[in-house]
Amino acid sequence: MNSFFERRYVIAGIFITLILILLARLFYIQIIDDRYLLYAQSNVLRKVYKNPARGPILDRNNKILVQNEAFYDIMVTPNLVKPFDTASFCKLLGIDKAEFDKRFEKAIKYSPRLQSVFEKQLSAQAFAAIQERLSEFPGFDSSPRYLRTYPDSIAAQFLGYISEVTDKDIKKSGGYYHPGDFIGVTGVERSYEDVLRGRRGVENDLVDSRSRFKGHYANGAYDTAQVAGERLTSSLDKRIQKLGEKLMLNKVGSIVAIEPSTGEILCYVSSPTYNPNLLVGHERGNNAAELYKDPYKPFFVRPIQASYPPGSSFKPLSALIAMQEGLITPETTYNCPGYYWAGNHRVNCFHNERHGVVNLASAVAESCNGYFSMVFERLMNYYGAKQTASTFTNWRGNVSKFGLGSRLGLDMPSEGKGYLPTTAHYDKVYHPGGWRSSTVISLAIGQGELLATPLQLANIECTIANHGFYYKPHLIKGIGDKEIIKPEYRLKNYVGIDSQYFEPVINGMQAVVDRGTAAGSKISGIVMCGKTGTAQNPHGEDHSVFVAYAPRENPKIAIAVVVENSGEGSKWAAPIASFIVEKYLRDSISSRPNGITPDYIMSANRLPALENYYQGPKLKLPSTPKDTAKHIADSANKKAASGASRKKNKSKYTTSAYQLERREDEK
Amino acid sequence: MRSSMQQQQRGFFFNVDWAIVFVYLALCTIGLLNIHSAVYDEKHPSFLDLSTDYGKQLIYIIVAIVVAIFILLLESRFFSALAPVFYGVTVVLLMLVLVVGRNVGGNQAWISLGGGFRLQPSELAKLTTCLLLARYLNGTNIRITDPKSFMISLAIIGFPMLLIMLQPDAGSTLVFSSLIFVLYREGLSPYFLILEGLFITLFVLTLKLNNTAYIVGALIIVAIIIVLLTRRNRKLMPVIATGLAISIAFVFSVHFLYTSVLKPHQKVRIDIVLGITTDIKGKGYNVNQSKIAIGSGKLWGRGYMQGTQTKYSFVPEQGTDFIFCTVGEEWGFAGATVVLGLYLFLLLRIIRIAERQRSTFTRVYAYGVASVIFFHVIINIGMTIGIVPSIGIPLPLISYGGSSLLSFTIMLFILVKLDSNRMGIV
Repeated sequence: MNSFFERRYVIAGIFITLILILLARLFYIQIIDDRYLLYAQSNVLRKVYKNPARGPILDRNNKILVQNEAFYDIMVTPNLVKPFDTASFCKLLGIDKAEFDKRFEKAIKYSPRLQSVFEKQLSAQAFAAIQERLSEFPGFDSSPRYLRTYPDSIAAQFLGYISEVTDKDIKKSGGYYHPGDFIGVTGVERSYEDVLRGRRGVENDLVDSRSRFKGHYANGAYDTAQVAGERLTSSLDKRIQKLGEKLMLNKVGSIVAIEPSTGEILCYVSSPTYNPNLLVGHERGNNAAELYKDPYKPFFVRPIQASYPPGSSFKPLSALIAMQEGLITPETTYNCPGYYWAGNHRVNCFHNERHGVVNLASAVAESCNGYFSMVFERLMNYYGAKQTASTFTNWRGNVSKFGLGSRLGLDMPSEGKGYLPTTAHYDKVYHPGGWRSSTVISLAIGQGELLATPLQLANIECTIANHGFYYKPHLIKGIGDKEIIKPEYRLKNYVGIDSQYFEPVINGMQAVVDRGTAAGSKISGIVMCGKTGTAQNPHGEDHSVFVAYAPRENPKIAIAVVVENSGEGSKWAAPIASFIVEKYLRDSISSRPNGITPDYIMSANRLPALENYYQGPKLKLPSTPKDTAKHIADSANKKAASGASRKKNKSKYTTSAYQLERREDEK
Repeated sequence: MRSSMQQQQRGFFFNVDWAIVFVYLALCTIGLLNIHSAVYDEKHPSFLDLSTDYGKQLIYIIVAIVVAIFILLLESRFFSALAPVFYGVTVVLLMLVLVVGRNVGGNQAWISLGGGFRLQPSELAKLTTCLLLARYLNGTNIRITDPKSFMISLAIIGFPMLLIMLQPDAGSTLVFSSLIFVLYREGLSPYFLILEGLFITLFVLTLKLNNTAYIVGALIIVAIIIVLLTRRNRKLMPVIATGLAISIAFVFSVHFLYTSVLKPHQKVRIDIVLGITTDIKGKGYNVNQSKIAIGSGKLWGRGYMQGTQTKYSFVPEQGTDFIFCTVGEEWGFAGATVVLGLYLFLLLRIIRIAERQRSTFTRVYAYGVASVIFFHVIINIGMTIGIVPSIGIPLPLISYGGSSLLSFTIMLFILVKLDSNRMGIV
């Protein structure tokens, strides 16, 4: 005991205080702060996503249009890499040392302890050579990945393509997608994304501080298995799709064929097209950039996005409406001098041909502009010239029932509406009350402001084939094992024309093929009803249009063909349509009265010269792959640079990438 | 002579403070279990497997217990009498280690003994310094208030400190500063204690605010207020003035040290603790993972061998310096409280023992032991929960390591031995 005895309490006090401070801090981080448990979990829990195989897409006869093929990514975990023979590894992958260092650096930057992709998408053969030696290089591993392959390289615009998700997609999906996932960008891949992608599986793995697998969290109680994407059965017929794409080679335009009794689309050709395999795998970025540069725009889905004046193919519709309104009968005649005077507007028949006295059927058969101008004037002036506007609105209503001027609601993204003018349009161009039937007389023969997509044209043929109604056109008829039962596909859409009015028009259409403008494309033994059209094109040669359905009794196929900048419908569109129809109905092609063979068409180059080619309004493409955006900008600049380079372009693009691919395909 | 005769007749365990022995064994057991969990090796699960750290720790504990019994067999006077010799040997070893020592983790702190065993003289130094200090202050006419005695005491503490600083082992060096409690108990002016507290506060403030002008200004204002409040007591004026001058000098020297002398990696450690920088991937990784481990334990912990931070080795050095993470993660706040409670009990028990001694030697020595243990506990656990800079010192009796375990065992059991003989004259 000494005089400083009481100091023991000070010392004990300090000891107690500091230990209590430790306890208080422990209380805070262990009891109050909940973050640490989460941190600890995120340390050891690795969610491993198991991506399911994307659903394949078949044609109507269960032939494969697109399926999946395994490719292999080489993965690296920098922490686990031990010193190894870099040279032989580089040789194995076919890269040089500098490239190796660059990629390795990138992987370390991403994370030294997490796996990242070192080499992307090796084909099965290429991987087989590497696989057995991969174990010599600790830290490197492989991961399979399934990519789309297209055995026949057809129907690119219908199928569309998939691409890595963008930040926007991830946000929009509410976190379903993760960086590196794939999503359908165009075509069916996009419109049936939810069905095709399947359901991703999640595995909750436990890993240690070096990311080594240590077991399943809670023995896998929270894991979910992946569910493969559904198989889609499309309504396309691979045989005629393939034939159509070959026929349209080196041409700009489209073919749409529909089964009238169901609305199922049989053929959906957009030309120029591209080999869908180009947008898969390694070279995807470069290929896409090339394709985007192509001035003929292979990504433009012409069957639904391009619109043309229907030309004479509109005439049957005019006749039907006039009969329904009671203004004409099949016996109504017109004495055609080769033209028609609407007010002081002269409408010439083609080549100013005098048709003489024509009735409805022969007017259709001979495509008499005069007759239909007369019909149109009657329609418009029924309630007097002063009522033109309201009469026009009535007419417009009748036309729009056929699906013109609005979307048909195809199960594809980016469908166009075409254009069906309104009174407001003319009131604006002239002034209210300042226009008469003679002002808009070109509508009588499907010219003027009226524009229709090839799909709409084909749909009108379905309506005629069905005598007054159509089924909503669609491309997908089955999901998985079940038939698609969207009730709207079973609904008859009536167009407001009584069925008895169809026969006279159909007689005319049959005559078109039997002895009229399309007589050269008559298929012996099949009664085809059709109508040629020559759509005026202010930018160059007229567009060749042909619409038809066959056979007349119990129709199986309705078709619309447009070949841009190729003149009369009978020259290009009609033969093409007849080949498709015959191939579909008979699976063979016989000879034609005009002697035109499929080979002749296939080898013909109808690509318009670029200086004459109207490139249309700037395309709004759904989404440009990141790596190609720059290329496109570059090419746009170059294009703007000089007109001289355009000529060079032309020769270049007749042998552009997709054509080379297609030649290979023809072998 | 008589006392030793009596003791031998009464057996080795006569008058042994069983509470200390119990706490000692409890802490060793807790240590062994947590080391087992922290460095568990699936291929060698048994405690008896000598290739593992827990196997080795078990051996160390057995050796430590043997040593403890041996100590109880010795004469009490032995420690006092040989204190200078022990001290001398330690100093020689500390010098030796600077020449032939093995460099582990940047510190030249180990002397290889062969057979995979190695000695850490700085662990011994804590013990021998306490012994010599006790012996010195036990001398007649030695009073700490006497400047000469004070300087000698400081020299006894400072010499090994200096040698350890050369290794450089900052953690072990700082341990010696805890002996201020001993000096305080023996009569050192409380101003020194206050000054130390003040220094720590100023140290933190200087680095955190990084603005010497503000701090100096604040210090002057505080000094003026104290002068005004105590103006009747003229004697305090020079004390306050001296304190102010020292504080200001301290602030500037800390600032200078920090900006000009400290190496970047040392700065970073301090910065992280003070919250000046957060760098959870680099230097702050250990502490961050350690906090995650402890924080994830919640109230009851995740269970023995169930802590994922522990099992999957997210915390480096988990068997040694960061062993408390395992306690916190697997046994939760409850387990952490038990461990801290055991330490607090041990410390208070040692103080109680100290105060019942007739001999100054034993009392001083006891306070020395308490101070060293206290410092280790506060710094080690404080480090694992991020309120003290990462200073690599072990948690007494729990951390893996033979040197540390043995030196704490010897320290404690010398005290137990001295205490058992408290009625005798040493």
